[in-house]
Amino acid sequence: MLTIKNLHAEVEGKKILKGINLEINKGEMHAIMGPNGSGKSSLASVLAGRDNYTVTEGEVWFNGKNLLEMSPEDRAREGVFLAFQYPVEIPGVSNINFLKTAVNEVRTYKGLPPLEAKEFLKLTKEKQQLVDFNTNLMNRSLNEGFSGGEKKRNEIFQLAMLNPQLAILDETDSGLDIDALRIVSNGVNKLRDAEKSFVVITHYQRLLEYIVPDFVHVLYNGRIIKTGTKELALELEEKGYDWLKEAEHEKESV
Amino acid sequence: MTSDIMIPFYQALTEDVTALSAPQDSLQDTRREALERFAAAGLPTLKTEAWRFTNIQRFLKEYPYEFSNTPATTTANVADEAAIAGLDSYRIVLVNGHLQASLSNLPEGKGIHIGAMSASTDAPGFSKWFNQQKHLSTESLANLNTALFADGLFIELQANVVIDKPIHLVHVYTSDRHAFVQPRHLWILHKNAAATIIESTVHPKQEAVAFANSVTEVVVLENAELWHYNVQQGAENFRNVNTTAAQQGADSRYHHFSFTLPNTPLTRNNLSVILKGSNTETNLKGLYLATGSQHVDNHTFMDHLQPNCNSNEHYKGVLLDTANAVFTGRIHVHQDAQKTNAFQQNNNMLLGDKANINSQPQLEIYADDVKCSHGFTAGQFDEEAMFYLRARGIGEESAKALLVNAFSHDVTDEIAVPALQDYIQGQIEAIMNN
Ligand SMILES: Nc1ncnc2c1ncn2[C@@H]1O[C@H](COP(=O)(O)OP(=O)(O)O)[C@@H](O)[C@H]1O
Ligand SMILES: [Mg+2]
Repeated sequence: MLTIKNLHAEVEGKKILKGINLEINKGEMHAIMGPNGSGKSSLASVLAGRDNYTVTEGEVWFNGKNLLEMSPEDRAREGVFLAFQYPVEIPGVSNINFLKTAVNEVRTYKGLPPLEAKEFLKLTKEKQQLVDFNTNLMNRSLNEGFSGGEKKRNEIFQLAMLNPQLAILDETDSGLDIDALRIVSNGVNKLRDAEKSFVVITHYQRLLEYIVPDFVHVLYNGRIIKTGTKELALELEEKGYDWLKEAEHEKESV
Repeated sequence: MTSDIMIPFYQALTEDVTALSAPQDSLQDTRREALERFAAAGLPTLKTEAWRFTNIQRFLKEYPYEFSNTPATTTANVADEAAIAGLDSYRIVLVNGHLQASLSNLPEGKGIHIGAMSASTDAPGFSKWFNQQKHLSTESLANLNTALFADGLFIELQANVVIDKPIHLVHVYTSDRHAFVQPRHLWILHKNAAATIIESTVHPKQEAVAFANSVTEVVVLENAELWHYNVQQGAENFRNVNTTAAQQGADSRYHHFSFTLPNTPLTRNNLSVILKGSNTETNLKGLYLATGSQHVDNHTFMDHLQPNCNSNEHYKGVLLDTANAVFTGRIHVHQDAQKTNAFQQNNNMLLGDKANINSQPQLEIYADDVKCSHGFTAGQFDEEAMFYLRARGIGEESAKALLVNAFSHDVTDEIAVPALQDYIQGQIEAIMNN
């Protein structure tokens, strides 16, 4: 579904991604871990099309299409979804109006008619329940004054509404207490199916107890330096990243 | 009140004012004095303090306008162009300032006097309030209006009269020659009276250009409340100088909204409010969304004469292409006006490369126990917000429309008529998606 080949990217002249290779197939759950500043959010941003990043080398293919040539909105319409690490507050745009616009623009792109008000409401109700998203927040301005946890739930709620093929969750667990974490993880698990794939970026093994990954990758200094299965996450929890960092630096100095 | 003057328009205004003969009516003396004041001051130039950023003479010279005082009429189809979906209202249609009764549906009842200015000079409030707002006589174009206006709408609501539905006032400007039209209105709300007035403008498609120099006097007396919305739907063939001169009595509330939309090349809104009683509330809200090379100048004056009054002014502008806007916010707090709260904000989104805003607060505060503030911003789209919306599949144009609507929300949220609120938001969306 998604193929990343030798991806290099810079921001403000600074090299951030230094040759990422990753293959994600239908139905897979990938976790990306790694210390702060290693480039996890940058990778997510490049995939979603944030324009302050410049791709200097490499390719990204999504269902046979060149993702890097698409506008951010077309990537979303093709089925790539990024749950932001820091969801943006937009005063004056109501959550509900925002969602309606998003859902209908994606539908139009796919050649579907816009949802009738009734259908939209029904879908909204159903998906709200999935992450226990407070109905009162629907008519409020998008993320404005939401708590950290409410913002993260809103991201997953939007994910459920838009029903993408590939969802990238950037530290969705940070800012969530244990109950919220369980609810959000359950929501994500319910969305899993054989057609959909996920990339969860996280610092903590904790999330991976709820959302069990097929693969775990360690991103460090703009590269994936290790790939394993869910046991790798446990090992990282126990030993930290230093042993991997050292191994990496030794390789570099050779 | 009819007199078409066939001498060259611009020459008459600049050189030969005396050749302009004012209508012979019961207001002759007032008219003559106003004409003398106009003759003495002349047309504003770029050296005139209040007109530094708007070259009015350039616009007056642009076409060979003729004074047009002859009553014109229009058709229901044209008036319907101003329709606001879902608005349950009375409707009054004025064509170049002349009331067209056949298309109007007026509120009636005891204590309600609504009619043509020309037919209302005997109404009790007319002589007491006509041309009494003192800032009118210092504005050259308002003097010109006083001297030569033909007609307009007179409203007088006696004490305790509350109009149950909004009054939708549809101004149609039409002429087969380039016309300079000068409507003149006077609206008086006596003690405890209340009303909502929504003004709209319509310009039938035609070759000729209409230049309106209109004056509206608003008198909101003790504990009365007026919601006044001025929706300036524009047109290429229209030029608009619009003067609103309001005065408020004690405990009264006046809410003035102006919405300036594309495509009128020149819009100048003069708005002055004099507070003559204490404990008043005044809200001045403006939204200007300008495209092409539109020039929009909002010139406002809050005159605080009395203590314990609140005024709140918020103008927001969205400027595309090479649009140019001017905002002047003068606040004068007199020595007696203690405990005044006077707030002012002017925020702009400069979205065109060559779009420009000149914003000037003018605070003159002579009382010591007051709270006054002013602020100005000019910015662009928030990149983070744009990316967030686009990352959800929302196209660039719709994302911009959402953000412009969001930017406007502090003004549009205050609209107390839901149908009008939907209408304005719909207009913003349509303009941004165009
Ligand atoms: N806009 C930016 N300008 C400059 N440097 C940036 C910018 N965004 C991210 N970076 C840098 O890129 C590196 C990777 O950051 P990020 O992708 O956020 O890491 P992670 O998500 O793994 O913590 C960091 O060194 C960070 O400072
Ligand atoms: Mg990050």
